[in-house]
Amino acid sequence: MTSTPAVATITSGATPAAPAAIHGRGPWQLAWARLRRDKVAIGSAVVITAIVLLALFAPLIAHVLGHSPDTQFRTTGLTPDGIPVGPGSTFYFGTDDLGRDVFLRVIYGARISLLVGVVAAGLAVLVGVIVGLLAGYFAGAVDGVLSRLMDVVLSLPFLVFAIALVSLIGPSLLISVAVIAFFSWASVGRIIRGQVLSIREKEYIEASRLSGASDLRIMFVDILPNVLAPTIVYATMLIPLSIVFESTMSFLGIGVLPPTATWGNMLAESLPYYRVAWWFVAFPGLALLITTMAFNLLGDSVRDAFDPRGDQFRTTGR
Amino acid sequence: MTAAAVSRVDTTDAETLLELVDIVKRFPVRSGRRFGRPSEHVHALAGINLTVRRGETLGLVGESGCGKSTLARCITRLHDITSGTISFDGQDISALSRRRLRPLRRKMQMVFQDPYGSLNPRRRVGSIIGDPFANNGVASGEERKRRVQELMRLVGLSPEHYNRFPTEFSGGQRQRIGLARALALNPELVVCDEPVSALDVSIQAQIINLLAELQRKLGLTYLFIAHDLSVVRHVSDRIAVMYLGRIVEIAETEDLFTHPRHPYTQALLSAVPNPDPDQVDDGARIVLTGDVPSPVHPPTGCRFHPRCPRARERCRIDDPELTVGSEPDAVPTHAFACHYPIPDSEPGRTA
Repeated sequence: MTSTPAVATITSGATPAAPAAIHGRGPWQLAWARLRRDKVAIGSAVVITAIVLLALFAPLIAHVLGHSPDTQFRTTGLTPDGIPVGPGSTFYFGTDDLGRDVFLRVIYGARISLLVGVVAAGLAVLVGVIVGLLAGYFAGAVDGVLSRLMDVVLSLPFLVFAIALVSLIGPSLLISVAVIAFFSWASVGRIIRGQVLSIREKEYIEASRLSGASDLRIMFVDILPNVLAPTIVYATMLIPLSIVFESTMSFLGIGVLPPTATWGNMLAESLPYYRVAWWFVAFPGLALLITTMAFNLLGDSVRDAFDPRGDQFRTTGR
Repeated sequence: MTAAAVSRVDTTDAETLLELVDIVKRFPVRSGRRFGRPSEHVHALAGINLTVRRGETLGLVGESGCGKSTLARCITRLHDITSGTISFDGQDISALSRRRLRPLRRKMQMVFQDPYGSLNPRRRVGSIIGDPFANNGVASGEERKRRVQELMRLVGLSPEHYNRFPTEFSGGQRQRIGLARALALNPELVVCDEPVSALDVSIQAQIINLLAELQRKLGLTYLFIAHDLSVVRHVSDRIAVMYLGRIVEIAETEDLFTHPRHPYTQALLSAVPNPDPDQVDDGARIVLTGDVPSPVHPPTGCRFHPRCPRARERCRIDDPELTVGSEPDAVPTHAFACHYPIPDSEPGRTA
């Protein structure tokens, strides 16, 4: 490992209390160092940052362009026959069936996708980690009940329940987030439970108990840091999954409703026009593809970076 | 085995720190059935009677799987015992709740076998050693740091390594960290569960000498578990030999090594390699046949009888108690559980 100076700065940044003298590298620093050398990770991080910036500054871009994502250009945005116009200098990604700017709608859609993706994944990870910790640590009857609960959630057919639930309560952004989180936490919970089951048998847990630690302290001070790596890996993998879930729901009309632009409802609206207006399908679809791929590749890299055998067994010369 | 048998053994007037009476520990074996009561048990400890005196080092030896580590975890109450009584410093601790146990835990600590598994890899050494302070509200902030660094110095670690992670230390240093953590709250009893068996021989000596030095300085009492007989002989005042969840013989160290009475002890001692080439292979090695019986279905009578060269009919039926020899000149501190012990006159190996 050659990038020591860089790592040393990171260390002192993370723990200001540490003396500036000699520094060993903890597992986090090692993972970070590996991640920094991983070209795929850097590439996907750049793509994700770009998407986040576009989403963040979407109103500013709309201001510069001088129209909102919902503005309908019936004269300039549609041909006399009512066909959407293709990509050009006015409308970078063309227009949709109502003469709205596809480019603006795509970057406004990114706001919804990222928001739902991050919030739902975060919520799912939070619930999953807590349930997994409780089930794995207390084992026995607690584990029995929680594990069966996770089995039940995992065996529910997502779409059927999402459709049923939304038709009862009515679609909204909040419901989308809740539904997605509800269907994702159990898989996190299962993974964390398995990890905790093996960690709780370690001698350092016994040592902690001997020194008088409470159950809560053992769970959160001794065990949690040891399952943080798989948690982070799983979180980065859950974000793209949640984005796809959200798009699916919007596509089916049970997610975020029009006129609010989302990639899912844009794809749904574009379907009748794909023969005459390819851009209408292609750009929201590409946005979805690129975003999920970037998150998935980053997730893979994060997982590799935390793998202690990463350096020896990496097959490609990334 | 009864408590009376033990008190007969315990003839010295040294103060008793820890007393175990008829400790039984069974683990349920999960068979195919998921629900309902498990039908079988591992009989890990089958009636252990043992007394540890204040200030002594009691060695506990026996082959793998005989229940040494289970006993250590029962004494420190990491495992709940199935039945029996554990008295520590005159107080019965065998049924105390975790809350009531906490103040007592300070007086009874443990050093673990695995220097890698016993330190949390995600936490810094300073915070690991400071754990007992944090959990008992003893010292905080700068005061805690100062005391942790004091402990590090005491066990021979440099206090500057306060912020390092366990991965940055060698096995021997890690055992020192574990020792510092155990000593944080000034315990009286330290249960050492094979503290050196995972270390290099040269490092073993360092740790053993450190343990001895700390015992002198701090007046510690050790229960020293090991399967390396030469190590145990070096550190122990008395030695107890375990076989399949029972103590089969207990005596003062030199007495045990020179005059083993139980055939199992004799076989165990004969297995110690002799460094003197002139004495090697003088035919003294006793090789036991067969494997250790399953603790799920322990043998009837004497647990050692299926492998014992001296076994007779009685051993199959009648379970011998741990008592002092019946001869008039029997050593009063030497107890064994055997119907047909090796005569006291027959010397063991002096290796």
